[in-house]
Amino acid sequence: MTLYLFYFLSFLAVLSALMVVFSKNPVHSVLYLIITFFCIFGHYLLMNAQFVAFVHIIVYAGAIMVLFLYVLMLLNLNSESEPHKNNTLKFVAVISGCLLMVVLVAALRGTDDMMLQDNGSQVGYVKNLGKVMLTDFLLPFEITSILLLAAMVGAVMIGKKSSNTTTPR
Amino acid sequence: MKIPVEYYLWLSLALFCIGVLGVLFRRNAIIVFMCIELMLNAVNVLLVAFSTYMNDAAGQVFVFFIMAVAAAEVAVGLAILVKMHDNTKTVDIDILNRLKW
Repeated sequence: MTLYLFYFLSFLAVLSALMVVFSKNPVHSVLYLIITFFCIFGHYLLMNAQFVAFVHIIVYAGAIMVLFLYVLMLLNLNSESEPHKNNTLKFVAVISGCLLMVVLVAALRGTDDMMLQDNGSQVGYVKNLGKVMLTDFLLPFEITSILLLAAMVGAVMIGKKSSNTTTPR
Repeated sequence: MKIPVEYYLWLSLALFCIGVLGVLFRRNAIIVFMCIELMLNAVNVLLVAFSTYMNDAAGQVFVFFIMAVAAAEVAVGLAILVKMHDNTKTVDIDILNRLKW
């Protein structure tokens, strides 16, 4: 049963990831990417990683994709204004993507059988993960907040209307 | 029913390659950003899979940090894109190479 669920989620994730790349309309790309993120959410739940799963939904589907959709609609992009590469470049892109896939498959082919425990691992629960995060990884955790603050200040600074006429010194 | 870890290896490999393909294939800078998110997520899936397999929480803490970095990256990157669209009226990455001069 779990295996069938895994196959279904993987198939849906890969299919909608392909649709992100190949759909003409950027808004459809965003919606397909949201489907991919929900499939990955299902994978996290299958791996008993509840904390990561819900943070994933909150951060990606809740914040990042809304930001993408907002910018797409702000810039008023649609399939008519969509720039396209010429066919030679597209062909080269597909070939090099497939080559990368071949190289990675060849490199990782000889892995041993490693079974994931069904529900033995409790490491992804909020209780255990919070304990690790606030003891062993306390300093990186705090530095992350500085990173987010810097990103926020940077985004506001970049997005600000720059007055070309007179900038007071 | 148990799921082998190498299935997750192949899944995240496929997602990562689709992300690379999208970066090479598309010219819309916002789609390129979305494909970068796809690659980050492929890596996250693999980190969580190995973290569960090894019964070690460090991998999942790392996934949390990757998500924070991705959020910061998207905020700054989209701000730059909006500014670029104000100046050049396009999000075509072939036009954006005039950043070099």
